[in-house]
Amino acid sequence: MKQPFTSDGRAGVRGRLEGRSQSDLPVESRRYSLNLRRMWQLTALLMIIVSVGPLTVMTAIDYRVTEASAESEILLHTSRVVSNTKMAVEFSLVERMAALDFIVEDNSSAELHDCARVGEILENLQASFTGFVDLGVIDSSGRQFCYVGPYDLAGVNYSDQAWFEDVQQVATHVSDVFPGFRRVPHMVIAVRHDLPGGGFDVLRTSVETSLLQNLLSNLEISGEGDAFVINREGILQTSSRRHGGVLESLDLEVPEVAAATRVYETLDPDGVPLIVGYSYIPNTPFILMIVKQKTALMEPWSATRRQLIGLLAASISIIVLVVLGVTSYLVSKIHWADKQRVAALHQTEYTNKMASLGRLGAGVAHEINNPLAIIKEKAGLIKDLFEFSDRYAGDEKLMGIVESILSSVDRCSAITRRLLTFARDTDTEPVAVDLSETITEVLGFMGKEAEYRSIAVVVEIDDDTPVISTNKGRLQQILLNVVNNAFAAVENGGRIEIAAGREGPDRVMIRVTDDGCGMSEAQRARIFEPFFTTKGGRGGVGLGLSITYSLVTELGGTVSVESELGEGTSFQIRLPVAGSRNGGAVR
Amino acid sequence: MRVLLVDDEEELVVTLAERLSFRDVDAKWATAGEDAVVLTEQEPFDVVVLDVKMPHLNGIQLKKKLERIRPEMKFVFLTGHGSEEDFRIGSAEADHYLVKPIDIETLVATLKEVVGS
Repeated sequence: MKQPFTSDGRAGVRGRLEGRSQSDLPVESRRYSLNLRRMWQLTALLMIIVSVGPLTVMTAIDYRVTEASAESEILLHTSRVVSNTKMAVEFSLVERMAALDFIVEDNSSAELHDCARVGEILENLQASFTGFVDLGVIDSSGRQFCYVGPYDLAGVNYSDQAWFEDVQQVATHVSDVFPGFRRVPHMVIAVRHDLPGGGFDVLRTSVETSLLQNLLSNLEISGEGDAFVINREGILQTSSRRHGGVLESLDLEVPEVAAATRVYETLDPDGVPLIVGYSYIPNTPFILMIVKQKTALMEPWSATRRQLIGLLAASISIIVLVVLGVTSYLVSKIHWADKQRVAALHQTEYTNKMASLGRLGAGVAHEINNPLAIIKEKAGLIKDLFEFSDRYAGDEKLMGIVESILSSVDRCSAITRRLLTFARDTDTEPVAVDLSETITEVLGFMGKEAEYRSIAVVVEIDDDTPVISTNKGRLQQILLNVVNNAFAAVENGGRIEIAAGREGPDRVMIRVTDDGCGMSEAQRARIFEPFFTTKGGRGGVGLGLSITYSLVTELGGTVSVESELGEGTSFQIRLPVAGSRNGGAVR
Repeated sequence: MRVLLVDDEEELVVTLAERLSFRDVDAKWATAGEDAVVLTEQEPFDVVVLDVKMPHLNGIQLKKKLERIRPEMKFVFLTGHGSEEDFRIGSAEADHYLVKPIDIETLVATLKEVVGS
């Protein structure tokens, strides 16, 4: 497909930078001195690192610090709750042990052996304290000789019970919770009463586990917390919401013995992270435990973090977008400036080349003119000899040959004259230019191509077309470029029309129309940009029309293009009659 | 009409002189400025046809010398028209100028016109 129009593009830099590798770039693009893709990448990367990096690091540090702080706060709070609860539980037990001690001290052994008196004591106890179920007095053989309470336990022998052995060692004993004879979970508090004559009695009472249960149930514990009491074997002494009922084994390890309250982190059997606070209750087999769900405790902190991380992500997104946008804008500006610089260099090169070609043409033409003159004169002499001789004057064949030589010399002369005319007009000041004459001169170079390719070239110059003051060399280059494009666009047998005429009082318009392949809208929009080429490898580097645009502008004119794909193209060049803005006087 | 042809291309001036002789123009020729000076000192010419670019003495210099010898002579420049300078000289300095290669009839007409003026 023939598509001769050339120029360069100013497409979005990112599109071009991201879409093509260096090796894919057309040859002319590699002339740029800057690696714009690398520049864009480095600039964007550095700007993102220096802006996003510190923000991310600060957020990470803040995350760790606040997390540690929140965890520390949770541990401290748990420890405080455990300590307070332990004090309450311990006080409740000590209070009841103290009551029993008081009874032992306040009553003689005779009174304690009086079951009616014991009954009165139990009534008084139950009136003052909750939890007391019964009261019994046991002699040193372990036989309960006096019992007051709801069960029939008089005469029961406890000598083989562990608690009875223990109370012989220590003055006061608090038992684990156990079902006992009555098959109801309870605990026993026993106080030894040494008799004056040797031997001892034991005052024994059963206490309902509800005493402890009520204390713990009233606690409000954050983090879906659970407060309960276990013994040192890990058997639940009170019911737990999550870890089993009374007398069931706890599903966590029994914490190590410690004099003070401790808090630690662990996982439950399902792998859920837990915060566990515990405290051993002195002089009892009990361990108070408070277990909290760490995830629930950390939720307020996590919610805040999620908001902050969301804010961070949004900030980073905005920063990245702004950086990419700003970088693309700046690099595109640099790209455009670089292109302008390269285009200016090319235009200078082109102008110099045209001047050099002009000088070369002039030199060649001049050198050829001398031998051409000799050929012409020699042939002319032969003709003279024939014409002035009777013998050959009537020889039409010989005369024809001589005429043919002279005709060929004249054709050569016409060529050298055109070359000389072009050379003379290179780099000249504004002169009076006859458009018809100039167009004819330009077409003189294309005559043979038009003939060989059967291209019809039609020239229509309006009668009132004024002589304009302009730089003739520049105008010749402009017309040559546009006409060359038209020749490249049309198929063999095509048609090119060149028209010129006045447009308003102070302007002329030259229109070059072809019926060639035409251009798409996108191509038409970029046709005058440097290095935009549709010729692929078949044409130049895409500077012809760009330079044409510059030259027309230099002459104070404008150039526009109309084109339909497959229909043809029309260039309109408008020039001032009086010369360019920078033009000099007509010579 | 007596004409002096001056050009460093001998083939050209010899041939031109002969062709002019067919047209009743008495033409002599020289291939160097110095020879032209000698010929001019020997006899007067109506017109001198001389090339702008010649070795040693160029067309302008030779014209000035010949004018001193024969102020009444007319001058027609031949120019290769290869440079701005040639164009300027050809159009400004001489009574007429012709661009090579020249047409003999045009030359004869030009000579007659110059002599007539």
